[in-house]
Amino acid sequence: MMNRTKCLQTLAPHLKDEIVVATYSTASEWVEMSDRALNYYSFGAMGLASSHGIGLALARPERRVIVLDGDGSLLMNLGTLVTIGAVAPKNLVHMVWCNGSYEANGGHPLPNREVDFCAMARAGGIANVRRIESHADFEAQLPAILTEEGPLFVQMMIEQGPLGPRKYDDMYKAERRQRLREALNA
Amino acid sequence: MVAPAQATGVLHGAPIIKAVKEAGVSHVLSVPDIHTAGGLLTPIRSDPDFQLIRTCKEDEAFGIAAGLTYGNKRALILIQYTGFLYSMNAIRAIACEHKQPMCMMIGLLSKEVGVAPQDSKKFGLRIIEPILDVMGVERHYIDADEDVAVIAPAIMRAYENSHPVAMLIGRKPV
Repeated sequence: MMNRTKCLQTLAPHLKDEIVVATYSTASEWVEMSDRALNYYSFGAMGLASSHGIGLALARPERRVIVLDGDGSLLMNLGTLVTIGAVAPKNLVHMVWCNGSYEANGGHPLPNREVDFCAMARAGGIANVRRIESHADFEAQLPAILTEEGPLFVQMMIEQGPLGPRKYDDMYKAERRQRLREALNA
Repeated sequence: MVAPAQATGVLHGAPIIKAVKEAGVSHVLSVPDIHTAGGLLTPIRSDPDFQLIRTCKEDEAFGIAAGLTYGNKRALILIQYTGFLYSMNAIRAIACEHKQPMCMMIGLLSKEVGVAPQDSKKFGLRIIEPILDVMGVERHYIDADEDVAVIAPAIMRAYENSHPVAMLIGRKPV
């Protein structure tokens, strides 16, 4: 099992002009560590982070879109794997951080903590699928994750993180959204 | 704004599609609805001016439309009223609280001809307009060709002012 904070710290310095779509627990860490103009925060309708990512990927095909989803979130929108497989945006990376729990909702376990999301993604039509269980493996695969033609699905096996309060309103405030619009249309 | 239901008249799909194009819509997001499948979705499917994205459930369409909006693309969400009801939380968050220009075209499946939605015998149809009203979503009732003129201005206004709009398709388009 990996530590999410450590993985995000590994990811952050590699990013340039990618759009990052983050949601719930991962977003709470990401905004503190890498508060970029090209961050897009998905809140309010749990499960839709990857759907927002599809829209961004289609609208801005010149940019890579990296979705930082959660396993609980993805379970609320499993059809997205079929939609991504069908639409097949070449610039979309769907990373799912799997800790087997609804961490943002108090850390209660998923109905089934052993879900094989990689198998689901393949069945949905996504060919480039990876499961990462160690930091060393993540570091080794990161260059490919950031360059290979998508859509990519990456299942990140992590331990549960802190259950502390989340500043959702701050992440989705109007200033951040305006900053994103300006960065996307610069 | 609600036009009275008409017992006579006809609603063609072609002028609706023309109006959607006039509003600058490039992407249509849809779960098929038997009410609009023949008159709207089938011609849209083969129209090179649109990119049709088929979603598995209707709420996905609201997330995709929001992403497209940030990237300066305009989208139409073409769904049945049951899908609208299913998507309530996405509409609450993305369209209402986040004030995104979600443009919905909602098929009122099995609405009786000449009967206004609020007078329908079907519970599911009667509640659509009150729900939109309590959520503060601008709505238009499209039941005959003469109602189609509101579509393009409504979509353009939604994008200019960043607010949602719902167009309720009362009669099955032909």
